[in-house]
Amino acid sequence: MSFLISRRGLIGVAAGLLASTALPRLALAAGGRLVVAADSEPRQLNPAIVASNGVFFIASKIVEPLAEASFEAGGLRPLLATSWEGSEDGLAVTFRLREGVLWHDGKPFTSADVAFSALEVWKPLQNIGRSLFANLEDVETPDDQTAVFRFSKPTPLQLVANALPVVSAVLPKHVYEGTEIAANPANAALIGTGPFVWGEHKPGEYYLLRRNAAYWAPDQPKIDELVYRVLPDRAAAANSLEAGEIQLAAFSAVPLTDLERVSEVPGLEVVTKGYEALTYQLTVEINHRNAHLKHLKVRQAIAHAIDRKFVLDAIFLGYAAEATGPVPANDPTFYTPEVELYPHDVEKARALLDEAGYPAGADGTRFKLRLLPAPYFNETRQFGDYLRQALAAVGIDAVIVANDSAGHQKAVYTDHEFDLAVAPTVFRADPAISTTILVRSGVPAGTPFSNQGGYENPELDALIDEALITLDSGKRVDLYKRFQKLVTEDLPLINVADWSFTSVASDRLRGLASNPRWAVSNWADLEQEA
Amino acid sequence: MRPLAGFLLRRLIGGVPALLIVAVGVFLLLDRAGGDAVDAWLVSIGGGDARMAAALRAEYGLDQSVFSRLTFMLGRLVQGDFGWSFALNRPIGPAIMERLPNTLQLMGAATGISFLIGSALGLIAGRRPGSWTDRLLSGGSLLLYSVPSFWLGLALSVIFAVRLRWFPVSGIETIASGKTGLDRAADVAWHLVLPVAALGMIYLALFLRVMRSGMVEAWGQDYALAARARGVPDRRVALNHAARNALVPLVTMLGLQAGAMLGGSVVIESVFGIPGFGRLAQEAVAGRDAPLLLAVVLVSALMVTLANILTDLAYGALDPRVGSGGRDAA
Repeated sequence: MSFLISRRGLIGVAAGLLASTALPRLALAAGGRLVVAADSEPRQLNPAIVASNGVFFIASKIVEPLAEASFEAGGLRPLLATSWEGSEDGLAVTFRLREGVLWHDGKPFTSADVAFSALEVWKPLQNIGRSLFANLEDVETPDDQTAVFRFSKPTPLQLVANALPVVSAVLPKHVYEGTEIAANPANAALIGTGPFVWGEHKPGEYYLLRRNAAYWAPDQPKIDELVYRVLPDRAAAANSLEAGEIQLAAFSAVPLTDLERVSEVPGLEVVTKGYEALTYQLTVEINHRNAHLKHLKVRQAIAHAIDRKFVLDAIFLGYAAEATGPVPANDPTFYTPEVELYPHDVEKARALLDEAGYPAGADGTRFKLRLLPAPYFNETRQFGDYLRQALAAVGIDAVIVANDSAGHQKAVYTDHEFDLAVAPTVFRADPAISTTILVRSGVPAGTPFSNQGGYENPELDALIDEALITLDSGKRVDLYKRFQKLVTEDLPLINVADWSFTSVASDRLRGLASNPRWAVSNWADLEQEA
Repeated sequence: MRPLAGFLLRRLIGGVPALLIVAVGVFLLLDRAGGDAVDAWLVSIGGGDARMAAALRAEYGLDQSVFSRLTFMLGRLVQGDFGWSFALNRPIGPAIMERLPNTLQLMGAATGISFLIGSALGLIAGRRPGSWTDRLLSGGSLLLYSVPSFWLGLALSVIFAVRLRWFPVSGIETIASGKTGLDRAADVAWHLVLPVAALGMIYLALFLRVMRSGMVEAWGQDYALAARARGVPDRRVALNHAARNALVPLVTMLGLQAGAMLGGSVVIESVFGIPGFGRLAQEAVAGRDAPLLLAVVLVSALMVTLANILTDLAYGALDPRVGSGGRDAA
């Protein structure tokens, strides 16, 4: 009897198998469902609290900021704000807000939501907003469509505007008011104004977002269902693309070494655009507490020892550019090439080390250093291996200390147990957001991605502070150009390469890479052809 | 029934000190690894400030001493509460219950299939040692056994999922398909074909070899000779006499391999994107989430313990000389 049942069960299973083989193809229907690879599941998905690319990748489709980055002049496209204007004394910024916008629960979006988000979330809770809005005193709401930000110190409009795409995700006041914001259930089932509404999250498997039929922009979005498939394994992401199970893998989910092969698969294309405002820099962090590294000549020697061209070709396979300083060359506003350059020159590096008082010993070695490559990217690890060889060539014995993410974080940014570290630092459209903190003194220990190398330079500190309260955009840009020159002259750190991400996508997608923060923007204009 | 219940109880209580050692060991090891849960999180969000980190540490008790954190966690576990996961930002119990069935399905299917096919092939190979069938099967199994499971998984995936598209590349079921009942079961089964093959193949080879050697040995025993002398057909001697004895070491191996298979499933889950126990453990370690890791390890240890108890019971059933009471006393 039991045998009969199990045989019947088997027949059912077999029939089901036949039926289900037809299913994945349905995912490619026009408009329909777009399946995207996601490599992680953020523990806190609220983009107003955690301003990070991993969160934005999913959450920015649901919760929108005041403005988004744009390729057009001015660099910004209005979203929830339609215009912004600074007062002459730099103490106020007035935002005009979009009319007729509804929250996903049907309530109207007003200036009260913006005031609430700024004062109760961005300033006290957000990882980036805490410093950026430190001087924000009040937000006045004279009417439903106007929000006036009042600052206690002059705050450049340029900085506020550049930061908007990252720091200004607006939350619904009526959902969060009077609750513990960081623990509100809406953080795990977001409510926003964006083109997609929250569907469901199946941990370890997927996030499902659905089209917001009441989105404020007419005829958008053009995708019915957006699915983020959790695929932590990189080989799985590439294979799923090839098999047509997913249509998009962003943030270099397909490793550089696989790009050539994947690009030859019919129906897939490699896209390198759409990350311009998310440029990373491959940076050598230096612990200035180390007696050897205190000498400028030693730091210069290290800079000369690095063959940037080799790094670009062998590690980045051409998907990167040489960095000249702490601002990437693709930034349209602040970048200057007029800085101190350190071309690859082994002889000069050796001479500099000799001059600094470190003659080569009997075995050719001058001194030893601990080198901690950040484990977050293949490229940072590989560059660590390369740097060890490059330094050996000039007589510095760099011993690689490998940690995982948490271990690296503690060793470098809290315990300072490093001499050199390799970091993927991020340039976020304005040097004041996450770049100056890499060299400014006085940053408390335990602050990730900051100057934890004990570097102190009063001249540079003064310049950074001045730029922070300089209202005139032109003068501000000049100050940051001088900042780049000073950094390259004194080498608190060494910038090696500017690099960014790649996407691999189905060639039926239209509207890819339509802005410089595309992967983390709202995808309202993304379309899928039949 | 009474002796059986007593046996189970004794075995379970006997496992408690082992579980305690495992728990404390895992906790201390994770604590010795650099960085804590807050460090891991700060990396993932690309920065934050030191005050925020300190506030989080205080909130989750990470600023307490190792001893007080450990005793707090053990105290909670004794009450049957796994606690709150920092990395997942949700209670651990439900997370475990979500992942456990996936891993059990994967392991169960892989164990069942590899055991059935492995012992059947071993029986065939062991019936005529030295024959070409035996050589083929033995050689093949050696080859299979020496292939790393992740490579086998990737190779199967590239051939059958990417090139031929017969099976899905990854996942445990079609995402957001809305299927229920038998449809859903069929969908899960279809998704499990490649991972089960990748995980089971290596154990199949192992079981085949153990069964084969057991058969070869049993074949040379006096009782086999006597049975054949009595005119019992070879087929019956093989199945009723030799195989029954050859199965005893195989069952022992089955219990022993339960733990190893759990380890192997970590790799396979990662390759095939199955949200199971292995991946949860990996996430717990990367996120320095001690309560989560502890929960995963303890539940795994419990599963292995149960598998071994079952093995012992099966052992008794196969070989009447082995009484569970007697074995336990020995």
